[in-house]
Amino acid sequence: MSFLILDQLTKAYGDVIAVDRLSLEVAKGEFVSLLGPSGCGKTTTLQMIAGFVEPTNGRITLDGGDLLSVRPNKRGLGIVFQSYALFPHMTAAENVAFGLEMQHVPRAERERRVNETLSLVGLSSLADRFPRKMSGGQQQRVALARALVIRPRVLLLDEPLSNLDAKLREEMQIELRQIQRTLGTTTILVTHDQSEAMALSDRIVIMNRGRAEQIARPDEAYARPASEFVANFLGKTNQLAASIRETDGRKVVSVGAVVWPAADGMHCGPATVAVRPERIALTANGGVSGILRNRVFHGSHWLLQVETDAGAVTIIRQNDGEALPREGEAIRLSWRAEDMSVTPGNGSDA
Amino acid sequence: MSAATFDRRNERVTLAPYLLSGPALLVLGTLLVIPLVATAVLSLHSFSLYKGIQNVYNFDNYVDIFTDPYFYAIYARTFRIALIVTLLSILLGAPEAYILNRMRDPWRSGFLLVVLGPLFISIISRTLGWALLFGSTGLVNQGLVALGLIDRPLQFMYSETGIVIALTHVLVPFMVISVWASLQRLDPQIENAALSLGARSGTILRRILLPQVLPGVLSGSIIVFALAASAFATPAIIGGRRLQVAATLAYDEFLNTLNWPLGAAIAMLLLVAILAIILGCNRLVERRYAQVFE
Amino acid sequence: MRRNGTLALLFHGAFIVYILAPILVVCAVAFTSKGYLSLPTDGLSLRWFRAIAANRDFVDAFWSSLWLGTMSATIAIGLSVPAALAIARYRFVGRDAITTLFQAPLMIPPAVLGIAFLRFFTQAGISGTFIGLVLSHVVIITPFAIRLVLSASTGMDPQIEHAAISLGASALAAFRRVTLPMILPGVVSGWVLAFITSFDEVTMTVFIASPRTTTLPVRLFLYIQDNIDPLVAAVSAALIALTVVAMIILDRTYGLDRLLVGRGSD
Repeated sequence: MSFLILDQLTKAYGDVIAVDRLSLEVAKGEFVSLLGPSGCGKTTTLQMIAGFVEPTNGRITLDGGDLLSVRPNKRGLGIVFQSYALFPHMTAAENVAFGLEMQHVPRAERERRVNETLSLVGLSSLADRFPRKMSGGQQQRVALARALVIRPRVLLLDEPLSNLDAKLREEMQIELRQIQRTLGTTTILVTHDQSEAMALSDRIVIMNRGRAEQIARPDEAYARPASEFVANFLGKTNQLAASIRETDGRKVVSVGAVVWPAADGMHCGPATVAVRPERIALTANGGVSGILRNRVFHGSHWLLQVETDAGAVTIIRQNDGEALPREGEAIRLSWRAEDMSVTPGNGSDA
Repeated sequence: MSAATFDRRNERVTLAPYLLSGPALLVLGTLLVIPLVATAVLSLHSFSLYKGIQNVYNFDNYVDIFTDPYFYAIYARTFRIALIVTLLSILLGAPEAYILNRMRDPWRSGFLLVVLGPLFISIISRTLGWALLFGSTGLVNQGLVALGLIDRPLQFMYSETGIVIALTHVLVPFMVISVWASLQRLDPQIENAALSLGARSGTILRRILLPQVLPGVLSGSIIVFALAASAFATPAIIGGRRLQVAATLAYDEFLNTLNWPLGAAIAMLLLVAILAIILGCNRLVERRYAQVFE
Repeated sequence: MRRNGTLALLFHGAFIVYILAPILVVCAVAFTSKGYLSLPTDGLSLRWFRAIAANRDFVDAFWSSLWLGTMSATIAIGLSVPAALAIARYRFVGRDAITTLFQAPLMIPPAVLGIAFLRFFTQAGISGTFIGLVLSHVVIITPFAIRLVLSASTGMDPQIEHAAISLGASALAAFRRVTLPMILPGVVSGWVLAFITSFDEVTMTVFIASPRTTTLPVRLFLYIQDNIDPLVAAVSAALIALTVVAMIILDRTYGLDRLLVGRGSD
């Protein structure tokens, strides 16, 4: 039973369509990310759910009721803003208590819940501190506590981690997921960071120019990207020149001298093959031949940049202590048929 | 920000900054300090119509000022006017700054120009405008009579009310600037955050906006009060010869009565009072709000 | 951000009327065709503007103010640019005190300054002279000039100067070819603001001006104390027009809201 339903949600500013007929159904307790480059409409979508922007078209339903007819201060949503938007003239505890005050929660219970939530985010010792005297990470937790203490029906997070440094961001991601699982709050996260979206979400909505290109579980979207945009946005992928031929009555895809069976509906002609770097292996015989141009060390793994007749290829090799080919060496690459996707036509026009 | 411009050449002590700021320091330093000291000294002298300024040293002038009810009334009027003008400029200027802040361009910058532009226009011209508007046949009275609000023209010219109205007009832009500056520092998302937590517009204004704007209102008040208390041209033109404030009194003593020592004493008292208020209030505001704001 | 409601807009309208009323009245009266204070209900006339040209006192005072403003502003900028660079580029003992000292004239009531200078100039023997006026005006307008040049200097990336030096430029060449062009908007607007402040200055000047060296605002003030007629309205209207021109220049080179508030409006 879907808890939050976006139905053909659209926002147009004059000729510019920021969000284009977005439809999404979120189950209760689910963690969904809106992922995409800047300008793709993800933040606008969040603002429409929050009520700060009015949709041009479409509906939003929450727990069976129409959300659009409810004013923003009555929607009962918890929001963490990108800038945290803490009240600078109130202490952390007062910030967190504010929403409860608006709900007229009696003082004793209010204090109890504020303390509870502050310790949930690990900030009990900073209850009486002012935001100006806190680090970015601490401010972020206060913002989170403030949104959670009101027991929101849905938690909306607008790029909450983008202002934190890499290490802190990773730690917060884990904590965020844990808290969400503990509380079971339905959550929508807006981010441009694909690894963050994939790590945290039950499902991701990959958006581009206002449209949802794919809505799926992270591993599904990664393995079977619905479009070239998704394939390029999630992780890295290699594009190779190929051709589809008919041999002995069967259709095959060939890259260089290597052939794989082709799907039935494909037409003969030039084609593009996409395959992820981690799915390509070095092989002694057969395979696509190429020359290793560059080795780039990344600590836990190496990136090998290989030049082939079909195009430039990047592959990943774990730093497992095994010998690596040297730069300039001739090597051979192979992969399984199910690890590549074939698109008829040549070249990739994004 | 300036800390980041730490010059690596300056890790040894160098004379460059002193040489560069020297000329300005010299000019400002001497031209400020010496005349003021000279005036302080002058205030200690005595004066008589026949003998002119006598180079004796006593506090007679100050005693005179503190004991004579005539002077008391003038200082009282000066600070009373300053206080009322300050309150009025808060009531008018702060909401206006808020309203301007909510506008979109081109209205916003256009109206900001209209409100702040008069600061560049000579105060004589602005006060002249009020002199033209006031007066028994002036536009203000004509308008009030036409609207049926009054039967006979009101006395604006040569009255404290007139001075207050004109002075508020002159000084309210400073309040707008101060409140506007503190509004600019606000994170616009904070209002949305309060909304999302269930607050209504009234609550947001009272509990979220006002506390953040208060430092701006306070520092604006200090500026307006100081300027109002030391005002000269506007009270002189609108108030006329009979309605004196501290600055016009000093002018009178200096250029009419020629009692320079007394004039100097009046000026010194005004200076000390205003400096005390400015520095004292600034300290208070800083201490109260340093923890909360930058 | 939510829009303004009707009540807010009504308040705003009344406020704008309050702000503009005196200025508009002055300009209106200036165009009257009658020989006494009145609105130009019979049609616009330039007779009072022509009367300005015939009035030696006002014309002389105008040139006096212009010349005074130009000299004072130029001297003030000459003092301000090195001082601002010192404050912006170096951290040195007394930096904060010096910065405060430069803003000190703003804290002293202009009437008190007028009295102080009158006393000082009398004792120094330059009372009532043009040079006295210039000195006093320089003191009053330098804080504004410094503030603007300083904000332009601190806004400029100091690494750029270092880049020029690393490429072989001497300190003077670096200043002339790199720094000065970059802070020029601040310098120009500092000059214009200083000029306007000097031109408009009346409270302090009224104490130290003499009949020979009087400025336009002082002349206006003294005239108004005796009578108010369309002539002063015409002079004021002309001044207002000049001010508007100066404001436009300021806005183009620096941005008026940034000037007054320290930060551009979003």
